[in-house]
Amino acid sequence: MDKAFLTVDNLNKRYADDAPPVFDKVSFSIDKGEFVCIIGHSGCGKTTILNVLAGLEAPSGGVVIMDQREVKGPSLDRGVVFQSHALMPWFSVLSNVVFAVRSRWPDWSRDKAEQHARRFIEMVGLKGAEHKKPSELSGGMKQRVGIARAFSIEPKMLLMDEPFGALDALTRGVVQDELLKICSATHQTVFMITHDVDEAILLADKIFLMSNGPHARIAEVVVNTMPKTRTRETMHHDPQFYRIRNHLVDFLVHRSRRIQEAGVEDAVTRVVTPGLEEDKLSQAVA
Amino acid sequence: MKPASQLGWRAALISLAIFGCLLLVWHLATAPKESARIEAGSASSSSAEDEYAKLMGKSSSSPVKTSGFPGLAQMGETMRKELANPFYDNGPNDKGIGIQLGYSLARVGLGFAIAALVAIPLGFLLGMSPLMQRALNPFIQILKPISPLAWMPLALYTIKDSSISGIFVIFICSVWPMLMNTAFGVASVRRDWLNVAKTLEVKPLRKAFLVILPAAAPTILTGMRISMGIAWLVIVAAEMLVGGTGIGYFVWNEWNNLSLTSVIFAILVIGVTGMVLDLVFARLQKLVTYTE
Repeated sequence: MDKAFLTVDNLNKRYADDAPPVFDKVSFSIDKGEFVCIIGHSGCGKTTILNVLAGLEAPSGGVVIMDQREVKGPSLDRGVVFQSHALMPWFSVLSNVVFAVRSRWPDWSRDKAEQHARRFIEMVGLKGAEHKKPSELSGGMKQRVGIARAFSIEPKMLLMDEPFGALDALTRGVVQDELLKICSATHQTVFMITHDVDEAILLADKIFLMSNGPHARIAEVVVNTMPKTRTRETMHHDPQFYRIRNHLVDFLVHRSRRIQEAGVEDAVTRVVTPGLEEDKLSQAVA
Repeated sequence: MKPASQLGWRAALISLAIFGCLLLVWHLATAPKESARIEAGSASSSSAEDEYAKLMGKSSSSPVKTSGFPGLAQMGETMRKELANPFYDNGPNDKGIGIQLGYSLARVGLGFAIAALVAIPLGFLLGMSPLMQRALNPFIQILKPISPLAWMPLALYTIKDSSISGIFVIFICSVWPMLMNTAFGVASVRRDWLNVAKTLEVKPLRKAFLVILPAAAPTILTGMRISMGIAWLVIVAAEMLVGGTGIGYFVWNEWNNLSLTSVIFAILVIGVTGMVLDLVFARLQKLVTYTE
């Protein structure tokens, strides 16, 4: 635990003093190079947790420690991909990325920053669209620019808030592949919110499952037991895929509420490896 | 493409027709008196009228009517004369329309520019700080509805210069729309963009110029456009009051000369100039508008 790259300890957040906390006793850790997805029903505070990690929101209690330093306020060490892409419409694609690059390295020359930005635009497959305005791009392309912008500052950690939520299934697949490729090439540490169970299985090394809010917490950490070489095309032929998938869907359908009703006394985060340890799984279901 | 251009042509045709009708009505409204005079002339009273005309320094043979509402021909004559030599200067009471217009534009430009220099930074402050917004709101709400001309006596007394007082009045009337719109535009910049700037640790000045200013620019330009419209309305009234130079003074002076054709001509010039100013700001607005 001490060696973990990012440690979250006993985090909670309440929006009003007399209201119950949205989430409570949230503790987890993420290792360097790990890809973590977090799944939970709406209102369990996923986005708030991500905002706390980004430094955009302060928690009501608890600490976040990244790379041996407490997270207080936003930092260039953490890149954020926003749900609504959040590109500046008055900048071209290139300028959007250059804006981020020059924020990271203010003393770089315009040329150097542009070269650096172009490399990341190429990486997300948008070569040739550098001078287009975001309004001229499709939803998927906009989101890719957002990803390029987040990667271009070479953050120690990438935070993504449902980056593909607004995309259609086909585009989503293409951008997921793109992301997977980049992440495995750069060994990026990623924390990502998603609603899509398949997406989580494809991308994540670990999947955090949150119980319902209020009093939400991370009830289970599901270790992805599929081989690293999984791809979107072949993943669903592996019986292991369905074991994990069923486990996740069961959680969302049944257990997420039951855990909330059981209360906070049972605030233990179970580590689950579906398909490998059937006994633990059955214990969690019971 | 085709239906749109067709629509344009049809609209232009109707506009021309309306314009033609207006001219015709004008002509008919002013014409009958002339015929009446000609009838009177055929009667024996013509010699007395000729005499009177000679006394007044005018020849009776002149077909141009000198009293009553001017006709189209007189109007055309005045316009031709004024436009042929718009920049002549025969002393303080007789300057060409171009010079007068130049004075007015200079006053409006100066007052407007000073207003922009004050209103836009102040609007930024109001937009970014809810505290300042609340603190300054009562002042703004009370000062905003005051007719700019009501400031004139105070301005004349303290500044003691009619020309600068005119500029001050333009300043005071254009400052409010710009201030309100800038504050509103800055306050309603999308959270997402500010969050991006935050996570990128963008320095305040860089954030102001590269994120907030472009995001709020369309709203700010709207405020400037409204301000310019008001300034152009007010300058005519202000110049009528303080006199000396300017298009407003020109109107008043020609009224005192009972030269209605010149007054009508000046009105047209004021209208066209106002339209051009508005078009310029519409163009600027288009430049800074972004589509999301």
